[in-house]
Amino acid sequence: MAKITFVTQSNETITVEGNSGNVMELAVQNKIKGIDGNCGGVCSCATCHVHVEPSDWDKVGAPNSMESDMLEFDEKVSDYSRLSCQMKISEDLDGIVLKVAN
Amino acid sequence: MSDSSSLNKTCVVIGASHAGVNFAFTLRREGWEGAIILFDSDPEIPYHRPPLSKAYLSAEDNTQLDLLFPEQNYASENIILNLGKSVVSIDKESKYIVLSDKSKQSYDKLVIATGARPFIPPINGIKTANNLFPMRTFADTVNIQNAMKNSEKKRVVIIGGGYIGLETAASLKKTGANVVVLEREERVLERVTAPEMSFFFNKLHKENNVDLLTNKNVIEIKTVKGINEVFCDDNTSYFADLIVVGVGIKVNTELATKAGLEIENGIKVDETAKTSDVDIYAIGDCTYHFNPHYNRFIRLESVQNAVDQAKVAASAICGNEVVYNAIPWFWSDQYDVKLQMVGLSQGYNEVIQRVEEENEKCQSVWYFKDDELLAVDAVNNGKAYVLGTRFIKGKQQLDKGKLKDTKIPFKPTSFLKD
Ligand SMILES: Cc1cc2nc3c(=O)[nH]c(=O)nc-3n(C[C@H](O)[C@H](O)[C@H](O)COP(=O)(O)OP(=O)(O)OC[C@H]3O[C@@H](n4cnc5c(N)ncnc54)[C@H](O)[C@@H]3O)c2cc1C
Ligand code: FES
Repeated sequence: MAKITFVTQSNETITVEGNSGNVMELAVQNKIKGIDGNCGGVCSCATCHVHVEPSDWDKVGAPNSMESDMLEFDEKVSDYSRLSCQMKISEDLDGIVLKVAN
Repeated sequence: MSDSSSLNKTCVVIGASHAGVNFAFTLRREGWEGAIILFDSDPEIPYHRPPLSKAYLSAEDNTQLDLLFPEQNYASENIILNLGKSVVSIDKESKYIVLSDKSKQSYDKLVIATGARPFIPPINGIKTANNLFPMRTFADTVNIQNAMKNSEKKRVVIIGGGYIGLETAASLKKTGANVVVLEREERVLERVTAPEMSFFFNKLHKENNVDLLTNKNVIEIKTVKGINEVFCDDNTSYFADLIVVGVGIKVNTELATKAGLEIENGIKVDETAKTSDVDIYAIGDCTYHFNPHYNRFIRLESVQNAVDQAKVAASAICGNEVVYNAIPWFWSDQYDVKLQMVGLSQGYNEVIQRVEEENEKCQSVWYFKDDELLAVDAVNNGKAYVLGTRFIKGKQQLDKGKLKDTKIPFKPTSFLKD
């Protein structure tokens, strides 16, 4: 189980718990504004873009190559960008904070 | 929206798929306090359609559908989901809809999100063929998978070489089928891509031992003892234990037509997704809508359009007008290849193809009308897709010579005109 905190563009902070699946799905289930997951999690749409809190970056790890291709030229990219559909939920993610990019 | 204005009102949505469901949740978030009632003839909890022909069809364990939202979210947002219920008519003067069991439901605002259904071409014998299915719903994939399981030889004929046909071919091949695709035109994906892309996909399927055959006009299906034989007008024929039909769709406009709404290649809506009736909106695959970027009316079959129009309609109904102004995008997954498309290529007069040096499976095709970039098809190339989107949105002028030069890497500024 992992507790994950989302901070939306309007600075709402929501902490939720996930057991399985990916972080995009967890966000959609919990109606996190700005995470739509339109492609269903196949790395095709970037509607699940988040900025990881820098101090949590080591827990989360770097994007895979398909993902970093989608992020590199995204207008909202930061050094800590991830597509949340590519982040599998595991205990390792417990306590992380994610800022919703859109 | 002011507190009292929607409290005792009812918003009814016909069709609970990508468009209708995203509309319902957005409407709630935008502040609608009244009832939200969805109707769909499909009995399943609303699900993502794109995986049906992709990951879902080739997966071994298919008990888990990809839901748009978990079932409990409907209750927690107070959205009433009526599944397995068909709407048969709309009375726009008295503002109610009628269901197939003759019951009525009144509305203050109505949203038509009826999408489209597969077009079944009038081929001799198509109605009596054995194991012949379209590919649009969960039930279709289950039927296809059962037919696969029960067939020893697993000979599959797919009629139509569009995205759905090709994705279905790739997915069934993965599960051990012998697949033949019969395309009537001289190349696959003819309606939607440049010859360069058709060539790429042709090669990809051949490498994967799928028989992609073009100029194949199917004229008859004969079925003897459960085995189909599919005949083309060039005197060839193909045996099939299973046939999948993917030759395009018919828009579900009948309800709107009967109700007297304006129809033109779909339900005609304005930039806020409103139909010719002030209290009726239409969203998704069923609409014919204006795209400001391309300055013309279009009809799209895509998740992007369904979701973006859903948001526009929800805002409009809550009095927060936003106008629809999205650049269309779409994707397709076949084997290990991801195709991403952005923009509308229709009307192009020049194509630039870039094959990246380190990997020929990493490609992009750039569609221009004179100097205007209209669209990009990117194969395993997220960078081209994202940059293409930026260039199209910003109406950037590109230096085609630089774009052609694969020594110049992708960068936001590297292809701009000096
Ligand atoms: C196999 C497949 C693969 C696809 N792949 C992609 C892809 O990779 N990327 C992409 O962007 N798009 C893809 N699409 C297209 C995408 O799924 C559609 O654009 C999208 O589903 C449109 O959503 P919609 O809600 O407008 O219409 P639909 O999904 O067609 O939903 C309409 C709903 O209305 C219901 N309905 C209709 N009439 C009535 C009535 N009278 N009463 C009650 N209910 C009614 C139907 O049962 C249906 O559930 C794919 C489609 C298919 C079929
Ligand atoms: S959900 Fe589409 S890229 Fe993550």
